[in-house]
Amino acid sequence: MKFVYADNNATTMVAPEVVETMLPYFTEYYGNPSSMHTFGGQVAKKIDSARQQVADLIGADPGEVMFTSCGTESDNAAIWGILKANPHKRHIVTSRVEHSAVYNLCKYLAQNGYQVTELGVDTHGMLNLNELADAIKEDTAVVSIMYANNETGVIFPIEEIGNIVKQKGSLLHTDAVQAVGKIPINLSKSTIDLLTLSGHKLHAPKGVGALFIRKGITFAPFIIGGHQEKNRRGGTENVPSIMGIGKACELAKKHLAEEQNGVKLLRDKLENEILEKAPDARLNGHKIHRLPNTTNLSFEFVEGEAILLLLNEKGICASSGSACTSGSLEPSHVLRAMGVPFTAVHGSVRLSLSRYSTMEEVDFIIEHLPPIIRRLREISPYGRDTKVKGQGVTHASARP
Amino acid sequence: MWDYSEKVKDHFFRPRNVGDIEDPDAVGEVGSLACGDALKLMLKLDGSGRITDAKFKTFGCGSAIASASALTEMVKGKTLSEAAKITDNDIAEYLDGLPEQKMHCSVMGREALEAAIANYRGLKIEKPVDEGTIVCKCFGVTDNKIAHEVREHKLTTIEQVTNFCKAGGGCRSCHPQIQAIIDEVWQKEKEKVMIAKSPAKRLTNIQKMKMVQEVIERDIRPTLQADGGDIELIDIDGDRVTVSFRKSCVECPSSKVTLKSTVEAKLREFVTDSLIVEEVSS
Repeated sequence: MKFVYADNNATTMVAPEVVETMLPYFTEYYGNPSSMHTFGGQVAKKIDSARQQVADLIGADPGEVMFTSCGTESDNAAIWGILKANPHKRHIVTSRVEHSAVYNLCKYLAQNGYQVTELGVDTHGMLNLNELADAIKEDTAVVSIMYANNETGVIFPIEEIGNIVKQKGSLLHTDAVQAVGKIPINLSKSTIDLLTLSGHKLHAPKGVGALFIRKGITFAPFIIGGHQEKNRRGGTENVPSIMGIGKACELAKKHLAEEQNGVKLLRDKLENEILEKAPDARLNGHKIHRLPNTTNLSFEFVEGEAILLLLNEKGICASSGSACTSGSLEPSHVLRAMGVPFTAVHGSVRLSLSRYSTMEEVDFIIEHLPPIIRRLREISPYGRDTKVKGQGVTHASARP
Repeated sequence: MWDYSEKVKDHFFRPRNVGDIEDPDAVGEVGSLACGDALKLMLKLDGSGRITDAKFKTFGCGSAIASASALTEMVKGKTLSEAAKITDNDIAEYLDGLPEQKMHCSVMGREALEAAIANYRGLKIEKPVDEGTIVCKCFGVTDNKIAHEVREHKLTTIEQVTNFCKAGGGCRSCHPQIQAIIDEVWQKEKEKVMIAKSPAKRLTNIQKMKMVQEVIERDIRPTLQADGGDIELIDIDGDRVTVSFRKSCVECPSSKVTLKSTVEAKLREFVTDSLIVEEVSS
């Protein structure tokens, strides 16, 4: 079956150039970068060039880039790294819409002696910055707020956030896994102290990520072991993948304008036509402050997993915030934090494109998604005219 | 990716008997939009009380639609009393099984059938027959319902309870209460097992006191503190441990449940089975 891949916020295709770059590091240059001999040592030099490529994409100094195994590790390393280096500070500020890597880590910390303040968002998924200023205290070790949301694509005003954090004398970590490669980021002129990025969201393989740690930040290693990564992350380097993420960052930089224009055009067409053609459809998230590739739509009175299964029949790959697709029975914490009514959370679908998406694919989705919604609406006992009992709007907004 | 049987897929992609029956003899409606699934079942009966037609409408995931479709096929041609014998397991079996996390879909089928039968027999079920108190506020599940599912399907963990009736699948704040219900249902079984178990090595009073203190510090206090509460050990007299709740636990309506399901359970687990924990107000 031919697949139409519209789930690029979940993971992306590895770019052919990236694969090509990686291959020699499996069989030819397989030495350990820490070895004394030239055979291994030459690989260390190659890693430095990959580090430069990553640094170039985000406007950092190569010395500020530490390679990790994934975005989740980078998030954990950042937050633990700051907490361990500042043991007298016991408070963390975060948002209610973080990716589970930060969200669940903060929940864990709250249960283990730390104090955590979660900032809410409005119906467009935007933060109240006054609330942020009030939340930061003298013993706030770190503020961890994502750059762009994985479910809705909503972009936070991270520099403004950074200014507030600076004024209050704390540190800012941002999970930029969804933002890097999709929008321009220049850390040389930025208030961000630590930034997480992940390989497989930008056409590098799974199993490699990076953490930007600004020069001068006191940071304690999360993974303790050898002297790798300037003693900040033990463990022999995943050389092929590091070479891959380097190449992927170089390509991302080259294609950045395309993301802003080409991909955005496709997304807008997809979004507008589906909103127009499908019954009772609504957009989740801020229409403007958003990644160019992501759209999160809700279809009332139908359920997300059923939509995904029918899309899957057509070979269309998407994801949903519905409870039945979450692995638990809890619907998306992001959409709930935004006060999206339960009816709409259960019927939410995220479509996320990449520079490999085509107009044909977008047309294919536009052709098939609205009839799927209509088909499920025919099965559904609910409709615009039905009285809805237990709508649960209060539920969604009353959640602490 | 859910692992659905071919039969589930068939009933999802080609659902049987979708729609409304004009002037139905029995209607059963269960679930709600908030819960993420709902089922409306309509039946038509002949003079002898046999189901001649069944139709449904479902808001829900793939297996919810498939369960409803299967149910309508199963009841057709049966008398009401024959249909009344259909259980959620029968629905799941008809579909060659449902993933564990999706068992609540078949439960919803059975409930809609019960509701339809009650409706036909003139019993008003607008108000739930279930007189219990709501335990899971996210999905509106009562203690009676949870206890029923625990007994019916021999459930022993909170996760299983969530799979069968959704209780505890939302904010998780009712997990201690669900655990308490599971414990209560299986109390007798447990007692039997306990008698059979060889008696544990007798602890000296000093050992016992030390262990009780350790377990409170290590396993109980952090849990309570996470919810803004606290606990103080007042006295240990033989097997009788007296504690007092502090901070938010004092006002907490579920502190009685916590006393048994967390404090007593942990102390029995790590110190000795025979302990009895009591609360005194400070």
